[in-house]
Amino acid sequence: MKRSHKPIIWSLFAAGGTFTAFMIPVMILITGLGVPLGLLPAQTLDYESVLAFVQHPLTRIALFGTIFLTVWHAAHRLRITAHDFGIRADRVVATIFYGLAAITTLVALVVLALI
Amino acid sequence: MTPRRIEFEILRYDPDKMQKPEFQTYLVPCEEDWVVLDALNYIKDELDRTLSYRWSCHMAVCGSCSMMINGEPTLSCKSFVRDLPNQVCIEPLNNFPIERDLVVVLDDFLGKLNSVKPYLIPREKKSLEEGVYLQSPAQLKKFKQFTLCINCTLCYAACPQYAHDENFVGPAALALAHRYNLDSRDVGRTARQDVVASNLGIWECSFVGACSEVCPHGVDPAGAIQQAKIASTGDYFMDLILPGRKS
Amino acid sequence: MSRRPYFRTVSRYGWWFAHPRYLRYMARELSSAFVGAYGGLVMFALWRLWQGEAEWNALVGFLQSPPSIGFHLVALAFALYHTITWFNVTPKAMPVQIGDRQFPGGIIVGTHYFVWAVVSLALFILAGAGT
Ligand code: SF4
Ligand code: FES
Repeated sequence: MKRSHKPIIWSLFAAGGTFTAFMIPVMILITGLGVPLGLLPAQTLDYESVLAFVQHPLTRIALFGTIFLTVWHAAHRLRITAHDFGIRADRVVATIFYGLAAITTLVALVVLALI
Repeated sequence: MTPRRIEFEILRYDPDKMQKPEFQTYLVPCEEDWVVLDALNYIKDELDRTLSYRWSCHMAVCGSCSMMINGEPTLSCKSFVRDLPNQVCIEPLNNFPIERDLVVVLDDFLGKLNSVKPYLIPREKKSLEEGVYLQSPAQLKKFKQFTLCINCTLCYAACPQYAHDENFVGPAALALAHRYNLDSRDVGRTARQDVVASNLGIWECSFVGACSEVCPHGVDPAGAIQQAKIASTGDYFMDLILPGRKS
Repeated sequence: MSRRPYFRTVSRYGWWFAHPRYLRYMARELSSAFVGAYGGLVMFALWRLWQGEAEWNALVGFLQSPPSIGFHLVALAFALYHTITWFNVTPKAMPVQIGDRQFPGGIIVGTHYFVWAVVSLALFILAGAGT
């Protein structure tokens, strides 16, 4: 049998799984729930302050890493989940999910470089 | 103590007489300290001599009495009737073809086991006079857990990936490959990797973890497979950086 | 006596209803749909931020709406489930052995939870103080 090339995508899945386990819950809390539920002051999402924060070089790198790892982790897991749901068109599924991950990564890269 | 009467619904299949398996019910007066295997032996001795099933040791070491008990892959000699309700459904092990009654065809598993070379491949063969291969307790500890496998195949019955693709090498065989790969006396890892690190080896596993939950000896095949994935990923990138390196 | 093995089939679609452990597995795998969607949302938010203040404020307005809050609550639940299931199996995938003793998996898992709690708390406080 042939040695698999899965390690390429699996290493992203595994690194992303670890990263998202640590970071995503609190990020959801901060960006999605903090202000609407009154846990954080309304100014947290002010245009000026968010923009200044994002423009910091370290934030740019951190945000790119976040998006990159998150979407590739999810894309690979969803590919397998599709199989678990009984969908056998693996090539189509892989193209869709990896494609979405690639586009998201690319847009994030461009936006974070130019913002 | 008066025996408790338990209704056993057993999936029967006689290839000479039946088109497909059918349930047959037996009422068995069970003693408090019985296991399901005792009840099967009672049926065979007292009620129905045609019932076929495998067993040997009656003490959870031979791995031959595996079956589905109320939907759970279980060793019937390890499953106490006192833990079971008054109605018990017994079926042959999931994910294997039925030979007859509770006896399943294990050829596929045995082939897979063989394919991972589950034996020591030493650097140099020693003659008897030269004595044993030495190993420290720390070296032994690295793989000891994975030596506990009794080839009962409960893990294959629990594994949905094996259920959907019978070509998957599967939990016990991959755990045993890992066991020999971790053995300090063994140099067979490269030879095993062709099967282990293929798409139908460790990479077919999605870490459901069901195998480790049903394993009667705490082998944790799911853990072994994840460890092998990490090691094989390391190999893969090392091979990219240094093509032709000796592993 | 003849051999005529009987092959049973497993449903390709509904198999995961057969046992609670399969349901737990599917829930764990489905966490990635929400984690991934959230990653996409972060990308989208950055894009709006880049476009300008009006676009950003429209997005912030949407974030206050019930559908957005609902999505984030569900996503948070799945993200937490991902975190728990991921941390709990770490010692299986990466066991640590010291000498001839297995380093207790509980300590590995516990350390993960501890670091996670500290990092999460720190980020949350920073987010509130940073304005
Ligand atoms: S790994 Fe466990 S469940 Fe699987 S065959 Fe070995 S002893 Fe049985
Ligand atoms: S009879 Fe040997 S394991 Fe059950």
